[in-house]
Amino acid sequence: MIDPALPPHMRPDKSFQGLILALHAFWADKGCVVLQPYDMEVGAGTFHPATTLRALGPLPWKAAYVQPSRRPKDGRYGKNPNRLQHYYQYQVILKPSPAGLQDLYLASLSAIGIDLNLHDVRFVEDDWESPTLGAWGLGWECWCDGMEVSQFTYFQQVAGFECAPVAGELTYGLERLAMYVQGVENVYDLNFNGREGDEKVTYGDVFLQAEEEYSRHNFEHADTDMLFEQFRMAESAAAKYLEAGWEDASKARHLMAQPAYDQCIKASHVFNLLDARGVISVTERQSYILRVRELAKACGAAWLATAAGGTPAP
Amino acid sequence: MPDLLLELFCEEIPARMQAGAAESLRKLVTDALVERGLVYEGAKAFVTPRRLALAVHGLPAQQPDTHEERKGPRVGAPQGAIDGFLKAAGLTSIEQASIESDPKKGEFYVARLHKHGRATPEVIAEIIPQVIRAFPWPKSMRWGKGSSSPTTLRWVRPLQSIVCTFGPETEEPEVVAFEVDGIRSGDVTRGHRFLSEGTIRVRRLEDWMAKLEAAFVVVDRERRKDIILNDAKDLALAQGLELVEDAGLLEEIAGLVEWPVVLMGSFDPAFLDVPDEVIRATIRANQKCFVLRDPATGRLARRFILVSNLAASDGGAAIIAGNERVIRARLSDAKFFWETDQKTNATVPLAERLERFGNVTFHEKLGSQLERIRRIAALARELAPVVGADPDLAEQAALYAKSDLRTEVVGEFPEVQGLMGRYYARLEGLPEEIAAAAEEHYKPQGPTDFVPTAPVSVAVALADKLDTLVGFWAIDEKPTGSKDPYALRRAALGVVRIVLENGLKLRLGQFFRSLFRSGMTAKVEVGTTTVVTGLFGTRILGAVLSDTALSFEQARDLVSETLDIQAESLTTDLLSFFADRLKVHLREAGARHDLVDAVFALPGQDDLLLVVKRVEALGRFLSTEDGKNLLAGTKRAANILRIEEKKDGVTYEGGVDMVLLHEPEERALADAIAALGPQIEAALAGEDFEAAMALLAGLRAPVDAFFEKVTVNAEDPALRVNRLRLLADIRAATRSIADFDRIEG
Repeated sequence: MIDPALPPHMRPDKSFQGLILALHAFWADKGCVVLQPYDMEVGAGTFHPATTLRALGPLPWKAAYVQPSRRPKDGRYGKNPNRLQHYYQYQVILKPSPAGLQDLYLASLSAIGIDLNLHDVRFVEDDWESPTLGAWGLGWECWCDGMEVSQFTYFQQVAGFECAPVAGELTYGLERLAMYVQGVENVYDLNFNGREGDEKVTYGDVFLQAEEEYSRHNFEHADTDMLFEQFRMAESAAAKYLEAGWEDASKARHLMAQPAYDQCIKASHVFNLLDARGVISVTERQSYILRVRELAKACGAAWLATAAGGTPAP
Repeated sequence: MPDLLLELFCEEIPARMQAGAAESLRKLVTDALVERGLVYEGAKAFVTPRRLALAVHGLPAQQPDTHEERKGPRVGAPQGAIDGFLKAAGLTSIEQASIESDPKKGEFYVARLHKHGRATPEVIAEIIPQVIRAFPWPKSMRWGKGSSSPTTLRWVRPLQSIVCTFGPETEEPEVVAFEVDGIRSGDVTRGHRFLSEGTIRVRRLEDWMAKLEAAFVVVDRERRKDIILNDAKDLALAQGLELVEDAGLLEEIAGLVEWPVVLMGSFDPAFLDVPDEVIRATIRANQKCFVLRDPATGRLARRFILVSNLAASDGGAAIIAGNERVIRARLSDAKFFWETDQKTNATVPLAERLERFGNVTFHEKLGSQLERIRRIAALARELAPVVGADPDLAEQAALYAKSDLRTEVVGEFPEVQGLMGRYYARLEGLPEEIAAAAEEHYKPQGPTDFVPTAPVSVAVALADKLDTLVGFWAIDEKPTGSKDPYALRRAALGVVRIVLENGLKLRLGQFFRSLFRSGMTAKVEVGTTTVVTGLFGTRILGAVLSDTALSFEQARDLVSETLDIQAESLTTDLLSFFADRLKVHLREAGARHDLVDAVFALPGQDDLLLVVKRVEALGRFLSTEDGKNLLAGTKRAANILRIEEKKDGVTYEGGVDMVLLHEPEERALADAIAALGPQIEAALAGEDFEAAMALLAGLRAPVDAFFEKVTVNAEDPALRVNRLRLLADIRAATRSIADFDRIEG
C-alpha cells in the first residue's frame, strides 16, 4: 500500500523520484543503510563495492541505493521508448539472505503501488552470472503482468570466491517500474518530479539530450586509441595497487583493496565502450572479459584480507 | 494399510526442473522403502512451482521381522576371534550363542539373530532426510545464515517447510518427526501465495489435495495442463479462432502457476505485417503466451492467450492490460527490426553485406564466416551436377544462405534463422530456389526432421554440413563420448539422410580428400635443416625434417606428399565416422546390424547409397534357401581355413592346381567358382546386387556337394593344401559381396 499520508506529487505512482523515495523509506525501515550511488561509471548496481566487495566475507551487511548504470551498447539516440544507455537501478543487498526475503520484496512492490490482488507477480527462473565479475547466483526474474521488473538473486559466488554466508540481491529496473505504475508507454514521458502543468519535469526533460549525445559518443566518436590506452592503464594500476597493498610478505592483510577495485571498475567500463564502438572482435572479446575477471578476483582476494572483508586488524 | 504423505515446500522451483524432480522424489523414496523391506501398493508424485510432494499408498505399519543365522569360530578358538564374532553379531556374551557341531569342523558357535522390524515411521524418518540431502537437482544453492557451514543443506531454492504424515485411512495420521538443517517436519503447509492466507493443517493425501484446492492450488500438474489447454481452446473458439498448440510452452506454463487463470489479450493488427513466425517467437519466448490462428486465412490473429497465476479482483483486466503493453513493446521492436532489415537489404548490395561476415569469427582455427561461406559456395557448385542442380544457382544460393545471420530479426530471435532468409530472399526478388535453400540448408536437424529434396537446397545443405565436418575433423574437434559441442553427429546424420532419401550417388571419399587437401597449407623453412609443416587452419597436421637443404622442387614434392598423406588419413577417419552414423541410422530403421557390418568390412565403402542397396540385397538373399545354405557352407569353409591357417602359420589364397583336383565334386566347385567369379564381378561393377546375389546362389550346390563328398584334410599334404586353397576361393568369391564371417546364423 502506498503511504496515504504522501502528497500527490510525492506518490511513487505519480513521480519518478517519488518511487525512489518510497523504496528508500521502505528499505531504510528494514534496517538497510541507504547509500548514495557509487561515483564511478558502472554497468550495473552489482559493481558498486557495497555489493561486489561487501558480498564477500562473513560480516553481516544490509544496504540499499540507486545506481546510475551505463550500457553504451543499449543507446538508441533517444529514439527507442524503452532502451537507454544510461538508466537507474535500485539495488538492495542483504547478507546473510534473510528468511522470507520474497515476502519482503513483495511488500516493497505494494509500497510503490503494485496491488498484489490485481497484478500477476511471478518468480520465473533466471540464473544470474557476471563473467566479468566472476560471480554467479540462482534466483528469478520477477514478472509483473508479464513484464520483468526486478532481478532476485541468491549470490553463490563473487570474484571467484564462495559467498559465506550467501547474500540476497534485489535489483529493480526503476524506469520500467515507474513506466508501469505511472501507466506511461515511453520512458521520456515519465513524470520525474510529480508536479503537473508548468512545474512538471519529465524524464525526457532530464535525460533525452544526454541519451542523444552519449549515443553519438558511444557509437561514433569515443576515442578508441585513448580507450585502449585507458584499459591498459587501469589494468596495470590495479595490479600495482594490489601488489603495494599487502601489509607484509605474508599477504595476510591488505590495506588498499578498494582503490584497486576502482581500477577494475574502470577497466570494465572502458571495455564496454570499446565493445560499443565495435572495435573488439569476437575472440578478443573473450580475452578482455577474462582480463577484467582476473582483476575482480584479485580484488576479491585482497578485500577478504581487510577488516570489512572479515580479517580483523591484529 | 497406512499411507505416507510428504510435501517439501520451497521458493519457486524452475519450471523446466519440475517434472524430473517429481519423478526423482518418487523413485528415491520408494526405492529406499523397498530396500528396507517396506513394500507399497502405489505411489504418486506431485509438483507445483512451490511444492514437491509424494503420496505412498498401502505401506505396512512396520518392517517384517528378520531371522539370521551367523556362524562363528570353533569352540575354544582364541579370545580375539570370539570377541570379533560377538561384536559382529551384536551379542554381549558368548552364552547367547548356541553351539553346533559339524563332522568336519567340530564344535562351533552360531548366533541366531531375531530382528524385530522397526516401525515404518521410524524408517521413513531415516530415509527422507537422506533423500533431501542427496536430491539430484540439476543446480542447487545455499542460502541464509547457515550457508557458511560446509554441511548446510543445498536445495534448488530455499526450502521452507516439510509436511510428513503417516497413518491408516481410518485414523488420525501421525507426524513423522525429523529435522533437516533446522527445518522440523510437521503437518502444516501454505496455499496460494496471493489468494490464500495463513497456514493449513493437513492429514493425508485426499485431505491435502482438497484443502489446497480450496486454497487455490491445483497440485496435479497434468490437471493444470488440462485446465490451461481446455480454457485456452474455449476462449479461442468463442472468438472463432484456433489455438496454435505448443506442447513445450504448455509444459513450461504449467510449471509457472499453481492456480491457472487463462485470459485473452489483443494487439494492434498493424503488427500482423511481421511474419507469423516472428510474432510467435516474440510472444512465446518473451511472454510465454500462446498465439491464435484465424482459420479463415490460416494466418495469425491479433489475439493471444496468457495464463496468469491469479484470480484477480478485477477479473483480470489489469493483468491483460499489463501483458498487452509488454507485447506491444516487443512487437514494435520486432516490427522495427523487420523493417530495418528490409531497408538494409534494399540499400546495401548483397556483396557488401557478405563482406560484413569478414569480421565475424566462425571458429578461431577455421577462419571467418566469410571464408566459410565462400567454401560452402564453392562446394555447393561442385556438388550441383551430382544432385541435379544448376551450378550457378547452387553457388548463389550458398552465398545467400547465411545472410540472415546478420539481420536484426535473427539477432533478436535466433530460432527464426533460415526462415528469415527465405522471407528476405523473396522480398529481394531472388529466385524461389535461393529462397528455399536459405531455409532448407539447415535441415534435417535430427532423425525425424524434414529432409530437403529441391536440388539447390540439397546442394547447399550438403555443402554446409560437409564443410563443417571436414573443418572440425581437420582441427581435431571430433565428438567424444557424450560431448559433441559442434553437433557433428547431427551433421553427419543429416548428410546420410539427404543422400539416402534423395537416392544420391556420391563418393564421399573423393570429396573429403579434396576438401582436406584444399584446406591445408604448408610452411617450409629451408636452412641447414629443412622443415616442412602441413597445416589446417592453425593446427599442425604433420612435420617433416631433413638435415640437408632441399631445392625448391624437392621441397615442393615433399610438401605435396606430406599433405596427401595427411588428407588420406583424415579421410579414412571421417569415413569411418560416417560408417558409424550410417549403422546407427540403418539399425534404427530395422536393418540387421551384422549385415551392415558385413558390408562395411569391405574396403572403400564410401558411397552410402550403394552400401544400403547392398545391405538390402544381402538381406533378401540370406532369407532364401540358397542364401542360408551358402552362408552355412561359406562359414564352414572359413572356419576350417581359420583353424588350418593357424595350425600351418600361413594364409591360403587361391592358386588352386587344377591337376590335383581328383574328386568330381572338387572339380565341379573349382569350375563353378572360375565361371561365376568374373560374372559376379561384372554384376557388381554394374551395381546390380540382385544379379550378383543370384549368381552367388549358383555356388550353393557345388559347395554343398563338396563338403558332403570331399575330405579337406587329406592324408596327402599336396591334396590338403590344394583343397584349402579351394576353400579360400569360396571365401574370396563371397567376399566380393560382403564379409560373410560377420553375418550371424
